[in-house]
Amino acid sequence: MSVILILIPLSLIVAALFLGAFIWAVRGGQFEDTCTPSMRVLTDDGTVKAPEAERFQNQNGKSR
Amino acid sequence: MEATAEFSTVTGVAAKQEAMACFHCGTACVPGRHAQGGREFCCAGCQTVFELLSEAGLVRYYELGDGVRARVEAGTITEAFRFLDTPEVRSRFVDFDDGQSTRVTFHLPHIHCLACVWLLENLFRLKPGIGKSIVHFPRKQAVITFDPTVLKLSEVAALLDSLAYPPELRLADLEKPPVNPLTRRLWLQTGIAGFAFGNTMLFSLAIYLGLDSVSAPSFLKLFGVLSLLLSIPVVTVSARDYWVASWRALKLRQIPIEVPIAFGIVAIWGQSTWEVLSGTGEGYFDSLAGLLFFLNIGRIFQQKTFDRMAFDLDYRSFFPLSVIRRRAGVEERVSLVEVAVGDRLVVRHGELVAADARLVSGAGMIDYSFVTGEAEPVARGADERLHAGGRQLGGAIEIETVKAVNQGYLTDLWNQEAFRKSKDDAFGTLTNLYSRRFTWIILGVAVTAALAWMPFDVARGLKAFISVLIVACPCALALAAPFTLGSAQRVLARRRIFLRNPEVIEALARIDAVVFDKTGTLTSTGTGDVRWSGASGAELSATEAAAVRAIAAQSIHPRARRVADALAARGLAPVDVTGFQEVTGCGVEGWVDGRHLRIGSPAWVERERAAVPEVPVRGSRVVIAVDGAYRGEFAVGGEIRPETDTLLKSLAGRYELALLSGDNERERERFTTLFGGGGRLHFNQGPLHKLAFIRDLQKSGRRVLMAGDGLNDAGALRQADVGVAVTEDVASFSPASDVILQGGEVPRIGAVLDFSRRVVRVVRISFLVSTAYNVIGLAIAASGKLSPIVCAVLMPLSSVSVVVVACGLTEWVARRSGVTGSQISPTPGESMPTEAKQP
Repeated sequence: MSVILILIPLSLIVAALFLGAFIWAVRGGQFEDTCTPSMRVLTDDGTVKAPEAERFQNQNGKSR
Repeated sequence: MEATAEFSTVTGVAAKQEAMACFHCGTACVPGRHAQGGREFCCAGCQTVFELLSEAGLVRYYELGDGVRARVEAGTITEAFRFLDTPEVRSRFVDFDDGQSTRVTFHLPHIHCLACVWLLENLFRLKPGIGKSIVHFPRKQAVITFDPTVLKLSEVAALLDSLAYPPELRLADLEKPPVNPLTRRLWLQTGIAGFAFGNTMLFSLAIYLGLDSVSAPSFLKLFGVLSLLLSIPVVTVSARDYWVASWRALKLRQIPIEVPIAFGIVAIWGQSTWEVLSGTGEGYFDSLAGLLFFLNIGRIFQQKTFDRMAFDLDYRSFFPLSVIRRRAGVEERVSLVEVAVGDRLVVRHGELVAADARLVSGAGMIDYSFVTGEAEPVARGADERLHAGGRQLGGAIEIETVKAVNQGYLTDLWNQEAFRKSKDDAFGTLTNLYSRRFTWIILGVAVTAALAWMPFDVARGLKAFISVLIVACPCALALAAPFTLGSAQRVLARRRIFLRNPEVIEALARIDAVVFDKTGTLTSTGTGDVRWSGASGAELSATEAAAVRAIAAQSIHPRARRVADALAARGLAPVDVTGFQEVTGCGVEGWVDGRHLRIGSPAWVERERAAVPEVPVRGSRVVIAVDGAYRGEFAVGGEIRPETDTLLKSLAGRYELALLSGDNERERERFTTLFGGGGRLHFNQGPLHKLAFIRDLQKSGRRVLMAGDGLNDAGALRQADVGVAVTEDVASFSPASDVILQGGEVPRIGAVLDFSRRVVRVVRISFLVSTAYNVIGLAIAASGKLSPIVCAVLMPLSSVSVVVVACGLTEWVARRSGVTGSQISPTPGESMPTEAKQP
């Protein structure tokens, strides 16, 4: 039964990673517009990408 | 002597003529005038867009989406947006600017389908200097990043305009609404509670299943400590809003639902921590985390608002951001905030008079329907006074402002008391009325149980006291109202009836007086039937219909446009008009194929010596004379919304009814019959009269619903217990209100009131269900023998069953009240993606 002593911390670490991913997604604004991404995926052929300067990406989450 | 014929049969013939449709916008067009590569275009504007898109390799735009594209007016000029580049306007308009990249949010009302999203997010392929653009579809916004060293803000706006996505620039855009962090925080709180719930449940399950009897008690201790650690973020982060709300409420000596919940959380956490630290048990941390998980889900469900709905708009959202100012003979577009008293402004067709002003030159034909409720446009001559908010129809006029923009006739209304007080009185809600009683009862039971045990067994008395607080924690009670009202709100949204928040349902259920505005509410602008009655019963031939349409379409008068629209719906081939002339307030005339047509009021047509017979018709007459001879006429009218009589009949007797109209008395008789003599009818009502009328009704103890559409109703809508804003397009401007209703749904107000009353009954039933759970739990708790497993089962079970009862009953009630039915129209935001064609 002492294997539990290893498994429990492991499971907690995995769960904490998922929590971290969730917090990252919420902070990034992914829960604010759940409609447009579902449309975007239909047209996304992945050929041409917007000229993304690094700073352009960083502000996505701050859009009002 | 006249036989009336449906003109549809006439125009049905015309539809068989071959009409070419514009490749871009689908408008009928003259073949060969604007053609390119075998594609026909109606105008140079549409052709330019096509060329622009095909050069950039973006023709896929035409394959995506629903095929509905706006006609592009040729000749977008960057000049028109130049005012955006003035430092003052620019700095208030952009979201972010560091000199190398600028981010700006444009509101683009024309966004409506998949193709729009695709094109706007591929803007960078059209013009160098544009970076990433992101569309927020439900809000019809595009966030565009661009390089300010390459492009000016005005050029970005002009680019959007040239693609037939004219940015809507309103005075209110200058003041940025604060970012709403609430949703984000709620998601985080729910996520953390869910995380702790899942993990503590794993530990608790092992313990419930008898882990401690098999293995060493050291596991028990470990699990207890881990659960305690996991509960700390739950109590501090997830439950934070309950601490804040309770503290605020107790300072105001009120007991909203948050107070007993906060008591419960303290009791559960305190008891559990003590058990774990003293080694006497493992606590109820799983229940605690589960409780907050469910509570926060309930709050998310309740707080989901409709993004594109704006319930708090004021006149600044109605006014444009810029006007044309004429100074020393030079016209320039300036921001409205720069306009001072005494400035000369040029107002073109369709534009707003932005401030109270004096007409300097030009023929004023002002449509005040949105501001005062007058149905007919009024003619104004030189030196006459114009009120802010009127819309000029016809040629351009020059005006001189006599009052500042923020001091006009319209803005007086916003200085009224009704606009100063906040309408969200959360303490009066059903849940909180119930919770007040509930809290006292619970405290009573807890204290009695404690006192009863104390003389014999102090420890047991204390345990009974805490157990009561734990079990009675009104989780199910707190969930009943959010889920019932939240699903009721969604049911109504499917019928394009949008509520400011779910609590409006409770207010609707208490209504006992209903007040209507006339223009735009009970009558509709632009949907009544248009009937043709020809001289000696003769129908209009296809050529005649095409000629009438061509001439009427050039008029600015709403009635002529209605005739043109009715004929255009039949798909007539366009014809050329020469010698077109419009006489303000009278009608239009012109030549088509050598024949002279005159379309207008009976008196004016008679002046051409065409004898116009007296015809008893309902509605307004649009008379047509061809080559000086009476040809027939259109009866434009029956503008009262269909089923209005049924609505009024169903409301009569049960509600006090009234009509408040800004229009004159000419339709009094018609409405007296409609209201069945039961209601009070008032005409020539100004905005302040309406507000005062509502206030008086409320003073006599009535709870009033006001339905109106214009800015003149804004005060009354605000003062009423429930203000219903009626609008033809839910995405366009409507005054501040509690409910936004699509025009066609006005006859359903009666059904909505019935539905609301039933929904409140559902809330009460849900309360009963959750009370039943509490009574069972309390019986066990008061005896001082609460086993953790009972607690662990009862808590989630009661929550889930209350949620199921609440949502299920609401759907059932909706079907019974006739609010849902075969004609369910999904909300625009949700429907679009599924309707969009797959590429």
